[in-house]
Amino acid sequence: MYEAVKIKKCEVVAKNIKEIVFERCDDARAGQFYMLWLPGVDEFPMSISRIRKNERGIMVKVIGEGTKKLYEKNLGEKIWVRGPYGRYYRKQENALIVAGGIGIASLLPLTETINDYLIIIGAKSKDELIRIDAKNVVYCTDDGSFGVKGTAVDIARKYMEERDFSVVYGCGPEPMLYALFKLCEDFGIKCQLSLERYMKCGIGLCGSCEIDGYLVCKDGPVFSSEELRKMESFGKFKRDESGKLIPL
Amino acid sequence: MVNLAVKVGKLEIPNPTILASGILGISAKLLLRILNSGAGAVVTKSFGLSSKKGYDNPTIYEMPYGLLNAMGLPNPGVEFFSEELKKIRGRNIIASIFGSEVEEYSSIVKKVEDFVAGFELNFSCPHAKGYGIEIGRDMELVEDILREVRKATQKPIWAKFSLEIPNFVELGKIAERYADAVVMTNTLKGMAIDIYAKRPVLTAKIGGYSGPSIKPLALRGVYELYEDVKVDIVGCGGILSGYDAVEFFMAGAKAVEIGSGIYYRGIGIFKEICQEIKEFMEREGYESIEDMVGVAHV
Repeated sequence: MYEAVKIKKCEVVAKNIKEIVFERCDDARAGQFYMLWLPGVDEFPMSISRIRKNERGIMVKVIGEGTKKLYEKNLGEKIWVRGPYGRYYRKQENALIVAGGIGIASLLPLTETINDYLIIIGAKSKDELIRIDAKNVVYCTDDGSFGVKGTAVDIARKYMEERDFSVVYGCGPEPMLYALFKLCEDFGIKCQLSLERYMKCGIGLCGSCEIDGYLVCKDGPVFSSEELRKMESFGKFKRDESGKLIPL
Repeated sequence: MVNLAVKVGKLEIPNPTILASGILGISAKLLLRILNSGAGAVVTKSFGLSSKKGYDNPTIYEMPYGLLNAMGLPNPGVEFFSEELKKIRGRNIIASIFGSEVEEYSSIVKKVEDFVAGFELNFSCPHAKGYGIEIGRDMELVEDILREVRKATQKPIWAKFSLEIPNFVELGKIAERYADAVVMTNTLKGMAIDIYAKRPVLTAKIGGYSGPSIKPLALRGVYELYEDVKVDIVGCGGILSGYDAVEFFMAGAKAVEIGSGIYYRGIGIFKEICQEIKEFMEREGYESIEDMVGVAHV
């Protein structure tokens, strides 16, 4: 069942990216997602970017018609929510958190769950970079227009050389996650990465988000190193709406 | 000793729990995962000659006593899917197929015949225009398709019908002449309206309702078929426990398909249901599934 919730706050956090906040009582955990419905438009999975008492939030980036409609929603308007769904990040201290672009949405609540962490937030350029209110943040941009120049994975390597982290958390574009996974394997550090696939049901039934026998909606979206190692498609293939494997 | 192995038509399966079509059966690895988690056989998602993207979301709706869905038969098409099936040939995989014409069915059958243990013909999907139940309503067309598919393959053929067709017993009698088993039932037509959005929830407006609340209806279908039709029956509809499965056996089914049950109990449901059936049989003194089939026809 959906809950029609009223938008309580909405704020532009980067170019074409908004955070939308509403009230909802549920047991959401960092790393989980909602299925969000805009009647007559579309329904899509959205990482939960805010979990504070009864306050919940999502971050929307304009990528198509549906996300554009969601981006254009104003204060007081309704959106329809079901969830939370999926497997959350397993809590571990002494963590390196690596976010690429909108991937920060999934990782943001984690910074309020664990105490001892360093977070690297990367984007292509300054206008696409999402800045957050948290401690131990390192910003980086591909073009050097804000923070350190370089990709989030480049910067992660630098910090991993200096410090022995117990775990690496990551969310972002899949090529970035794949590079991060390789890096963790090289360093022998376990990681928990949040993946994304085309999704229909969101509740582990239809199989549309399948990746090598795993369901992103139910077994994931957060996957462990052991699971990622078994995924031949990780970093290479995804499924289209019909279920055909196509290059990422 | 209790034995869960059962023969549906000429197909032998190690236990009577089968993954229902439409649920998860999209890839070789996923089908294998379900088999490895205890299902006696698995039915693939329905596929046709060419790829189909299905409906836009929302395609599913969770309700207090069941699930409503209208996926719209998304599938990658037979060419792509046959490559998946090739990887797991020799296992208890039933290919669910759909089409709108006789030739479509038989040409799909020929393309994947070597890789599967049998076929389930989808005469019952309630939410795809021109397919499924729209075929199932036309008794002559059903007979033509069954006849052609029978000519095309020696492999087991199961015909999946919907309780929604008033003369489903007549359909069963047609199937009796060509098929190895009938499957009763698919999801049943239903809808939900979001009163705040003032519109149907599903993009397709009308979808198929499944889950525990349709169990008595599906059971009635199986019971009535068993009275008049001399072909093996596979029960489907709201089976969540071993006790539900036993009810279907007693109504006349030799095996059961499980779909929505996965939503309630996870992928481990097959193993759990088998354990529950086994315990029941031990307690009540049954040795085989066949010992229970149809016993409620008093």
